[in-house]
Amino acid sequence: MIVESILIILKVVVIFAALMTGVAYSTYFERKVVAFIQHRIGPNMTGPFGLLQPIADAIKLLFKETFIPNMSDRFLFTIAPMISFVAACMTLAVIPVGDWLNIGGQRIQLIISDLNVGILYILAVTSLGIYGIILAGWSSNSKYSLLGGLRSSAQMISYEVSIGLGIVGVLMLSQTFSISEIVRQQSGSIFNWYFFKQPVAFFIYFISALAETNRNPFDLPEAESELVAGYHTEYAGMRFSIFFMGEYANMITVSAIASSLFFGGWNGPFLPPVIWFVIKVIMFMFIFIWIRGTLPRFRYDQLMRFGWLILFPLGILNILITALILVL
Amino acid sequence: MIIFSILAAVAVFSAVMVITRKSPISSAIYLIVLMCSLAGLFALQGAFFIAALQVIVYAGAIMVLFIFVIMLINLRDNDFGIDKRKIQKYLGFIFAAVILLQAVFITGWAMKEFSNETESAMSSEFYQSPVDSLDQEDYLSAESVAENLFMRFAYPFEVTSILLLAAIIGAFVIARKSDPIDDEGEET
Amino acid sequence: MPGLTHYLILAAALFALGMFGLLTRRNAVGVLMSIELMFNAVNINFVAFSRFLTPEALTGQIFAVFIITIAAAEAAVGLAIVMLIYRNFRGIEVDKINFMKW
Repeated sequence: MIVESILIILKVVVIFAALMTGVAYSTYFERKVVAFIQHRIGPNMTGPFGLLQPIADAIKLLFKETFIPNMSDRFLFTIAPMISFVAACMTLAVIPVGDWLNIGGQRIQLIISDLNVGILYILAVTSLGIYGIILAGWSSNSKYSLLGGLRSSAQMISYEVSIGLGIVGVLMLSQTFSISEIVRQQSGSIFNWYFFKQPVAFFIYFISALAETNRNPFDLPEAESELVAGYHTEYAGMRFSIFFMGEYANMITVSAIASSLFFGGWNGPFLPPVIWFVIKVIMFMFIFIWIRGTLPRFRYDQLMRFGWLILFPLGILNILITALILVL
Repeated sequence: MIIFSILAAVAVFSAVMVITRKSPISSAIYLIVLMCSLAGLFALQGAFFIAALQVIVYAGAIMVLFIFVIMLINLRDNDFGIDKRKIQKYLGFIFAAVILLQAVFITGWAMKEFSNETESAMSSEFYQSPVDSLDQEDYLSAESVAENLFMRFAYPFEVTSILLLAAIIGAFVIARKSDPIDDEGEET
Repeated sequence: MPGLTHYLILAAALFALGMFGLLTRRNAVGVLMSIELMFNAVNINFVAFSRFLTPEALTGQIFAVFIITIAAAEAAVGLAIVMLIYRNFRGIEVDKINFMKW
C-alpha cells in the first residue's frame, strides 16, 4: 500500500516535471523553428545556443509586477489562469507514456491513472478548460478581453464537437474507452496504427485540436492586429505566464493524445517505449509550429463556417462509413 | 461515506450560493461547481458514463451557453439577487420548505416500507460498495447504457433527436435578429 | 456507505433550493439557472434509484441521459428567449414584461 502510494506520487511528480520542462523548452523550440522558417537565428545569447532562454524568460516574468486592473473581479481574475493551466495538466494523467515496467520485482505501469473511461475523462476535462479563458475575458472588464473571451469560447465549443467526432471514429474500432488499451491494440506493425485505419478521423481531430488550443491558423482569440492580445490583454507577470504555460501544456497534451490514439503511442521498434512516445510528441509539436510559421490566420466567419459546415459533416460521414464497414 | 458527505456538502453549499449570489457570473460558477460535485456523486455510484456526460454536457456546454449569454447582454450586478419584495420572498420560502418537508417525509415513509424487502438486495455482496467492484461496474456502465439506449429505448431516443432538432431551429429563429440576412449562428 | 435515503434527501434539498430560487428570482437568467438546478436534483434521484433498486436494468441512467438532453434543449431555447427579451425590453427582469397584462 505504502509502496503503491509512493509510486503514484512519484509518477505524478515525474510527469509533471517532464511536462514543465517540455513547456519551457517548447517555447524555445517554437522560437528557434519559427526563426529558422523566417531566416532568422532566434534566441542564441543566453547559454549555449540560447538554451537558457526559457529560464531567463521565467525569471523575468516572475519578477514582473502582478497587476490587477481596476473594476475587475479580483477573485475570478486570479483564478482564471489557474483553471486553464490545471485543466491542461490534468488531461495528461490518463495518457500512457510507456508499457509495464519491471523494476526490482515491482510491475509499474507508466501511466498515472489507467481509467477505463479515459477518453470520456479527457473530453470532460477539456470542456472545463474553456472556463479559464471565458472567465479571464469577463473578469478583466476590458472590451478586448471580453471580445477575445467570447470568440474563443464560441470557437472552442464548436470545435470540441469535431474533436469528439474524430475520437469516436477511433472508439468504434477499438471498442474501449481506455487509452492504454487503445495503445496496446496498435502494437505490432506500423499498419496497426489507427492513423492508417482512420485517416479522416485523424485530420478532423488534428485540425480541431489546432482550434481548441487556439493555435494559428485559428488563433483569433488572440489576434494581435485586432484584439491586442485577446483574453489575456490585462494579464501581466506571473498570471500571464501561467496562461502561457497552460497554452503550451495544452499543446503538449493534445500532441500526446494524438500520438496515443492515432500513432501508436509508445509502440515502436528498438528504442524504449518512453523515447518513442517523446519522439512522437515532439514531432506533433513541430507540426504545430510549422503550421504557425506557414499559414495565415482565418477570418472569424470563415472559422465558424469551416467548423460547422465542413469538419462537422465530415466527422459524421466518417462515423457513418466506419459503422457501415464494421457492420458489413 | 466521507466522500459522499463532502460532495453532498459542496453541492448543497453551492446550491445555496447559486440562488443567493448577487452577481450572475458567480451564480453560474457555483452552478458549475454544483454540477461537478454531482458528477462526483454519480461516479461514486458507479455511473461513470453519466458522470462524464454530466461534466461534458452540463458543465461544458450548457453552462458555457449561460455564461455566454450573460456576457453578451453584459449582465452586471443590477438586480440579479433575490426579489426585494417581502411577500414573494416569504411565499417562495414557505413553498420551497413545504416541498422539502414533503419530499423528506415521503422518503422516510417509503424507506420504512421498503427497507424490509430491499435490505437484503441492497446489502448483497456485489452492490455493497462501488469501490470493490469498480471494474465490473463501469464496464457495466458504458456498454450497457449504450445497449439500453439503442435497444430498449430506441424509440424515445429517436424522439429526443427530433426534439433537439426542434430546439436548434427554435433557438435559431427566436434569437435571430429580424433581418434575415444577418445570421449570427446560435448553436447549442 | 451512503444509502438510497441519503441520495433522496440530498436531491430533495437541492430541488427545494431550486424551487426557492425559481420563485424569488426576478431575472430571467436566474430563473433558468434555478430550473437547471432542479433538473440536476431529479437526475440524482434517477441515478440513485437505478443504482439501488434496479441495478441490472439501468433504466434510471437512461432517463438521466434523456434529462440531460432535454435540459440542453431547454437551455438553448430559454436563452434564445432571454436574448430576444433583452433586445426588445433592454432588460431581462421577468416582471417587467407585462405587455399582455392590462
